[in-house]
Amino acid sequence: MRAMSSPRSGFGSGFRFLFEPGFFSSGPVHAALLTGTVVALVSGAVGVFTVLRGQSFAGHSLADLGTLGGSGAFLFGVGPLWGFIAAGVAVGGAMDLASTRRRASRGVATGIVLGAVQGVSALLLYLDTTSGSTTGVTVTVLFGSLFAVSGYTATATLAFALLGLASLAVCYRPLLLDSVSTDLAAARGVRVRLLGLAFMVVMGITVALSSLIVGTILSPALLIGPAATALRLTQSPLAAMGTAAALGALATGLGVLLAYDSYHWKPVGNGWPVSLFVIALLFTAYLLSGLRRPRAGTGPAPATATTEAA
Amino acid sequence: MSAPVISPMSLPAPGPAPDGPARPVLEVEQVSIRLGGRQILDRVGFTLRAGEFTGLIGSNGAGKTTLLRIVLGLRGADGGSVRVGGKPLTRRARGVGYVPQKIQIEHDAPLRARDLVALGLDGERLGPRLPSRDRRDAVARMLEAVDATRFADARVGTLSGGEQQRVLIAHALIARPRLLVMDEPLANLDLRAGQEIVELTSRVAREQGVAVLLSAHDINPLLPVMDKVVYLAEGRAVHGRTDQVVRSEVLSELYRHPISVLRVDGRILVVAGATVRAEAFDAGERDVRADTAARPAGLPEVHAG
Repeated sequence: MRAMSSPRSGFGSGFRFLFEPGFFSSGPVHAALLTGTVVALVSGAVGVFTVLRGQSFAGHSLADLGTLGGSGAFLFGVGPLWGFIAAGVAVGGAMDLASTRRRASRGVATGIVLGAVQGVSALLLYLDTTSGSTTGVTVTVLFGSLFAVSGYTATATLAFALLGLASLAVCYRPLLLDSVSTDLAAARGVRVRLLGLAFMVVMGITVALSSLIVGTILSPALLIGPAATALRLTQSPLAAMGTAAALGALATGLGVLLAYDSYHWKPVGNGWPVSLFVIALLFTAYLLSGLRRPRAGTGPAPATATTEAA
Repeated sequence: MSAPVISPMSLPAPGPAPDGPARPVLEVEQVSIRLGGRQILDRVGFTLRAGEFTGLIGSNGAGKTTLLRIVLGLRGADGGSVRVGGKPLTRRARGVGYVPQKIQIEHDAPLRARDLVALGLDGERLGPRLPSRDRRDAVARMLEAVDATRFADARVGTLSGGEQQRVLIAHALIARPRLLVMDEPLANLDLRAGQEIVELTSRVAREQGVAVLLSAHDINPLLPVMDKVVYLAEGRAVHGRTDQVVRSEVLSELYRHPISVLRVDGRILVVAGATVRAEAFDAGERDVRADTAARPAGLPEVHAG
């Protein structure tokens, strides 16, 4: 689609079973593999907390609203990463500040911000496509541009990803406690409002990074998909985060490979988007994880045993 | 009983517990708060000593949860003071364990019972935590103490209400607090599970020398273990031993309404109205029960009059 030049370099020079020629020597592929993998690691880890804290809706909305940042960035001539990041941080912060501690009102606040900002992003996308030179902008914003990530942007992406992981490591225990009970955390002296705000900012950054890779339409899937699968397979928070991060990284790596290979596929040597493969792999993993019987707890197991028998 | 006539507003401070040191663990003085134009608490005061099990009794809406939240530092009061271990409330490390009424964890959340108990050690700290044998052992011992070892590796969200309470008690006590605050732990439990939780709390608290402040709307499940009672009604509180406080004349003054306290088979019934005599009730005169609307302690009907 937005066929960046390099992956075509080995086109037509033979066909091997798994790795098309040039896969291991292509610069854009290296950059895509590195940034994609690191971003998937952060997304998986942050995604577990997103699900634990019951903020999947906020994560989804952040991605939708990343469209605002991405389209705005093109209009102002800066890289989409900065647009995504700015939108993610600003919108995440706004959603947290507009909400109260109760989960129900958090959803309402998210919805209100979502509605307002989506109107503006629609306008910006319209302006991009009408006043800009190509319609490629919309495609890049909505479907990602992993093969175009290079140099400076790649470095910035890695830096933000590490920042997200570090923040998560620092806030790990209070976040867990807060996900069990906000009162419990507050009674132990955790500054729960500040913690909630910090997490929304980290989530904003994470969603921004995944928007860059798989686009704003599919970035919630990169955030929630691996986490949802990991929750089915693991019992403890660290195991869940590790599993989700590994799943995300694996799916992204395989997605990059398949996207590269797809330049040689019929009917046209045009390539398929990375995001398609990444999400397809994640969704397959989620479906497969459902086949695994949930490990029996001592709780209300009988009900689940009958409905989820594999 | 020859206790002096006790004014609800000025009960003498209870003496030191028979087996506890004199130093108060919790001092609540003159705490008042108005919410939504209603006086929820009006100069409430009481003192807890080490190892004492105190029931905070009152009907729904009497202000139990508000009072506990003030004690925990989760909300401020309009006036008065709360001191834990002789020190005013601060944000951090107050030596108070807390068991909330509800937790918000989902069924599929990957958090095992042992993870939640471990968070009781240092869940408020920032930064990564290194696993250590000492921590694992402390968690295992605490789980054993609350009889939760068999579901230690199950997800918290899949546990029953009683099992979750055990895990939360272990979470609250593993850091060795001086005070354990429990908000309506019996509200969502069946009678048997509730009785088990009360006995467990009492046993573990005595072993650790922890003072317990446990709120409930029914006094009866607490009778076997309770040293003191804080009875909350009409925004005010009386505090003392159960036999000092739960008496017709004390509660009548607290409610500002005639109240009768009946003792039946070792259980206590708090009844609106002054005409009921215990022997009449014991004799089984059904019409007496009917026209005075006998109700367990603290149901809203008691102070509706």
